Amino acid sequence: MTAKSPMAGALREQVKEAIQSQKRPTWTVLSSLLAIQDAIGYIPDEAIEEVANHHDTTTNEVWGVASFYTNFRFTPPTTHTVEVCWGPTCHLVGATKIIETLHDELKLEGEGDTDDGLITLRYNTCLGACAQGPVMSVNHRLVGRVTEAQARDKVSSLSKTKAKKH
Amino acid sequence: MASYEELKKAADKKWAELTGGKKPWIRIGTAMCGHAAGAYDVLDAIKAKLKDKKIDAVVSETGCLGLCYAEPLLDVSKDGGARLFFGNVTPEDVDAIVDDYIAKNVVPKGKALGYLAGEGQQPIKGMGDLAKLPGIALQQRVALRNGGNTDPGDIFQYIANGGYSGLNKALSTMDYNAALDEIKNSGLRGRGGAAFPTGVKWSFLVNNTAPKKYILCNCEEGDPGAVNDKTILESDPFTLIEGLTIAGYATRSTNGFVFIRHGHNGPIDRTEEAIRQAYEHGLLGKNILGSDFSYDIEVALTGESYVAGEETALMEAIEGHRSMPRARPPFPAAFGVWGRPSNINNVKTLSYAPEIISKGAEWFNSIGVNKSKGTAIVCLNGHITRPGLYEVPMGLTIGQVVNDIGGGVPGGKQLKMLQTGGPLGGVLPASSLDIHIDFDEMSKAGAILGSGGVIIGDDSVCAVDLTRNLVAFEQYESCGKCFPCRLGTTNLLEIVNRILEKKSRPGDLDLMRSVGKTMQAGSLCGHGQLGFNPIRSAIQHFEADFEAHMTENRCPTGSCDTPKYMPITTRPFSMEAVAERAGD
Repeated sequence: MTAKSPMAGALREQVKEAIQSQKRPTWTVLSSLLAIQDAIGYIPDEAIEEVANHHDTTTNEVWGVASFYTNFRFTPPTTHTVEVCWGPTCHLVGATKIIETLHDELKLEGEGDTDDGLITLRYNTCLGACAQGPVMSVNHRLVGRVTEAQARDKVSSLSKTKAKKH
Repeated sequence: MASYEELKKAADKKWAELTGGKKPWIRIGTAMCGHAAGAYDVLDAIKAKLKDKKIDAVVSETGCLGLCYAEPLLDVSKDGGARLFFGNVTPEDVDAIVDDYIAKNVVPKGKALGYLAGEGQQPIKGMGDLAKLPGIALQQRVALRNGGNTDPGDIFQYIANGGYSGLNKALSTMDYNAALDEIKNSGLRGRGGAAFPTGVKWSFLVNNTAPKKYILCNCEEGDPGAVNDKTILESDPFTLIEGLTIAGYATRSTNGFVFIRHGHNGPIDRTEEAIRQAYEHGLLGKNILGSDFSYDIEVALTGESYVAGEETALMEAIEGHRSMPRARPPFPAAFGVWGRPSNINNVKTLSYAPEIISKGAEWFNSIGVNKSKGTAIVCLNGHITRPGLYEVPMGLTIGQVVNDIGGGVPGGKQLKMLQTGGPLGGVLPASSLDIHIDFDEMSKAGAILGSGGVIIGDDSVCAVDLTRNLVAFEQYESCGKCFPCRLGTTNLLEIVNRILEKKSRPGDLDLMRSVGKTMQAGSLCGHGQLGFNPIRSAIQHFEADFEAHMTENRCPTGSCDTPKYMPITTRPFSMEAVAERAGD
């Protein structure tokens, strides 16, 4: 885990800043990792090292935590995140079709990032609006009772936006 | 710091101003259901419209009234009169609501659902009384009493509606033993799934004289199909904060944690704001309301992990580790978070405490049946006409909730199955509608009330297909600590998959039973112990579906004959990723 370039130095500063600006009283390895994920959208190697430094533990221990929770990602984020629910309620009311539509529209075969680095597709076990199933979310805005056509529209309008530089 | 009486006086004054009719008061539900239905688009539209028309009105985001099917749900009260509700509101409806109803007092046809009148308020002419709607009439709201009525971001609205009278009563008239006795006598049982008597649980903590003791409130609520806890936090976080403070007093604890999953920003933000306001007004912190009781509460976040909702795994997550369960003993009351005495309660359980203290154990005891006192919050969804989040007294039958409140299965189809209590709760056949909502009766019937989720499946649903979905969830969420669960769930999924693909092998059902037995015996927590439930109950009640796939190579409903994607996501740090990193 070597980070010598000036870019990497800036990243390390961002990571430190994220750790230091936590507002809740109790800081742990997990809370620091979540703060970094919120601030820069992913967990770079620098974050693992800085969290280990801050909490006086090993990088091994920090990797252990980071790799366990499914919401962490380890590569820079794309511009948009689309989540789709595959919980049992959404499954019964048509989530499969929505997921297939999204795969088709994004040219993905499962979870992941589009080739142009613009959109990330994630499955979610429950987006929390079961009465409105099937549910998807676009950049954390929930969309309920979503149809295949709506899913296609939502994604294709994202595709027309420009990728954000990280 | 203000006394309770001073706070109450200020709150009553503010409430009288809000409801007095000087300005129209528009309330719109923006809890997760409303959010998904488009409430924020409506909110933007109504704010723009009011600005455009230069109408001075109060617009509040509220929580959940329970009628999720009618979201986005918006209501207007004006001139001190009853609240007129509009359902399934779109931004296009905003013109009529503002131009006709607010400006000219003309009720727009079509979108208006009915009215709710408070004491001394007149009905709205030409409209029906929503209080007579089964979805409201059959509800008895205790934990969610303020849902949809008050602004969850305003402590004065909570206090004006009776909030903090419970804590004030406890601190000023009861010693901690009396407060604990009140909870014991109320018959309150834990709403997290195990239904353990809450007062007894709290008493484990009382006699421990450690200098720091923790009450942990579990809002991890990873169960798909149940959003009860998060809805309480979004609708009325103060009831939880007050309940958690009462629990702290009754157990002589020093700190409370509210444990929520990262990413659920609605519940997180509203809870943190409630905590902030409680500190601001001397309802948390040192010497609460001038008493000698001090208590601190903070929010702790977990990453995405279902098992984090298990009580010992939850403590691991609060400490910042992987949320994997610990072996018991030692039990949390002796050795909990950071090795200190701890007590874990569900959001719903704690949310009853303020009303129990305020109105007395007798009152709570009078709601419900047998050994199941109080109310149950049912998250009704799936193939149902009126999905919603209904708080009903214990003792109603499941059929009353499904048919009377929920309006039954839509589209002329027949009810086939109910999936209750989260993915580990298993499935029930249509004949279970006569079962009463009662912890003990349900567990005798092989179901659990658990998190309160009730998912309805009509006759187009293939039992094997739904089972696959539940088992896939289990496999995905196994934390991996106990190998019977880690390997067992993977093995079960493999077998259910091949049954679904009509490639089953002879003896597959027995093989699954044997795997299930090992999981039950060899897992530390409920995830593995109960992991066979969905399959066991599905085979028991829907054997014909399995038989058809296994012996006749067909699906009786025809619904699983379509190509399937596989909802398996390996944990991000997969073996492939490990290998790739090692090669760096």
